[in-house]
Amino acid sequence: MSRSPAVRLRDVVKRFGPLTAVDHLDLEVPRGTCFGLLGPNGAGKSTTMRLLTGQAEADAGRVEVLGHELPGASRAARAVSGVVPQVDNLDDELTVAENLEVFARLHRIPRAERAAAVQRGLTVARLADRAATPTSALSGGMRRRLLIARGLLHGPQLVLLDEPTVGLDPQIRQQLWSTIAEIRSSGVTVLMSTHYIEEAERLCDEVAIMHAGRVVAAGTPRDLIERSIGREVLEVAGTPAALADIEVQANAGGLRTRRSGTTVAVLDADRLDGQPWARGDLRAPTLEDVFVVLTGEELA
Amino acid sequence: MSTTLTSTPPVTHRRFEPAIVGAIVYREWRVFRRVWFSTAFGSIVEPIVFFIGFGFGFGALISEVAGLSYFEFMATGTIAIGILFSALFPGLINGYARRTEKHLYDGQLAAPVSVAELVAGEALWNGLRVAVVAVVTLFVALAFGVRMGPGVVLVPAIAVFTGFGLSATGAAFAAKLRSWHGIDIIIGAVVAPMLVVAGTFFPLDGLPRWAELVGRANPLYHCVELLRGAVFGFPGFGQTMIHVGALFVFNLLAWLAAVRLVRRALID
Repeated sequence: MSRSPAVRLRDVVKRFGPLTAVDHLDLEVPRGTCFGLLGPNGAGKSTTMRLLTGQAEADAGRVEVLGHELPGASRAARAVSGVVPQVDNLDDELTVAENLEVFARLHRIPRAERAAAVQRGLTVARLADRAATPTSALSGGMRRRLLIARGLLHGPQLVLLDEPTVGLDPQIRQQLWSTIAEIRSSGVTVLMSTHYIEEAERLCDEVAIMHAGRVVAAGTPRDLIERSIGREVLEVAGTPAALADIEVQANAGGLRTRRSGTTVAVLDADRLDGQPWARGDLRAPTLEDVFVVLTGEELA
Repeated sequence: MSTTLTSTPPVTHRRFEPAIVGAIVYREWRVFRRVWFSTAFGSIVEPIVFFIGFGFGFGALISEVAGLSYFEFMATGTIAIGILFSALFPGLINGYARRTEKHLYDGQLAAPVSVAELVAGEALWNGLRVAVVAVVTLFVALAFGVRMGPGVVLVPAIAVFTGFGLSATGAAFAAKLRSWHGIDIIIGAVVAPMLVVAGTFFPLDGLPRWAELVGRANPLYHCVELLRGAVFGFPGFGQTMIHVGALFVFNLLAWLAAVRLVRRALID
């Protein structure tokens, strides 16, 4: 059982009425890695996360978490995984310490170890001096830290982070990134969903790009970029008419382009040799380029 | 900072884990420690209003009901109404708010918690809470001069036993609720008839036959009959066991319905 991957999804389908949220999804998250599910809103990331906690049940396919097959063994799987939800569900009728204490009990941490677990949770959340503060009085960043500490309280082997930094200030986002990096370096498997490319590039060993309920590409960020974009991208600025002209020329030469706002990015720029229209800034390709090329959609 | 929180979670996973029911009750208790005053205030003031209004107002017109003074009859009815309100409304209102607005259940169910334990924990807590409400109402009745027999010590048990099912009933309706507006329908179609057609303020046998039958299916009727038995003396073993059995069946059905409906509402 210890040799099974942290997460294994095989041909998983999940429908909500006429909408197919997860569409024949295959996914494998190796133990000990930080794995990113990347995709725009509505790609099926959150539904995938809920499938892994038994809070959604697949219509078809197999779902395995840490060797436990769901939904049957969902309880055993939940006992060894931790969840940091996208929608803040802290208990606002309780204090910071009580939130942790209740979850220590829900996870059946033995009575003798409970106080120590709550203390460690307060340390992880960096809220030791606010143990008796009602959670309703915490700032957004503090709440997110407490949610993470709550998810780690019982020493899980797998942590599911659903859009961990959505809606937070850049500064707080940086703090959380270092927390996530520490979780990963402690040997815990991390599966995070995000629509922030930078977050996935910085933190994840592997990413899977999701689009319309499927994985359209998976691998290390570097691999994905080299495989689907090449080594360089030429970013050309100009008027809408000039940009349209560049698109025509590039596409005629078999090069792919990506329009965003006031610029056109010419992909495969390493194959450009001194075309007169190709005047702009060369830059390194990003996962965002990969995403747009593979899905034909800009990230929100 | 240490992020490795080493502890050894228990490895056995029973289908129904009393320790988790205990954890849910513990959560409610922590909240109650801060808000107990409003519960206590309501459970003192409400019976006083009923005792003055119905007890003295109606009591002046009616001298005796089913072998009791009207005041005694109505006082035990008031305890039952306190049990109804204090168990069904939290089950209903918390059930809806925690599912839709607070997302509390989403967090709890991501831990190794089952819907059956969640519903049982909240219903048990509401049962324990209404036992306090019932005892407070008893003291108010005592202050108004109601004489009580030794069976009165059974009142808290009757309150827990009825409160569990009423709270689960509230949770079951909450699971079907799509917006707060639906509560009006539940108050009109469920709470009002349960409150009135229960032998709380007047005996069932004066009602048309069909209404009397509806009343006998009302769990609050069995609750109020047991309360009268406890406070003033039980009618007989067989009759008492019918009430106990009816409440037992009610508790079981309400819990099963709540588990089924709440599960359907929370698990996609």
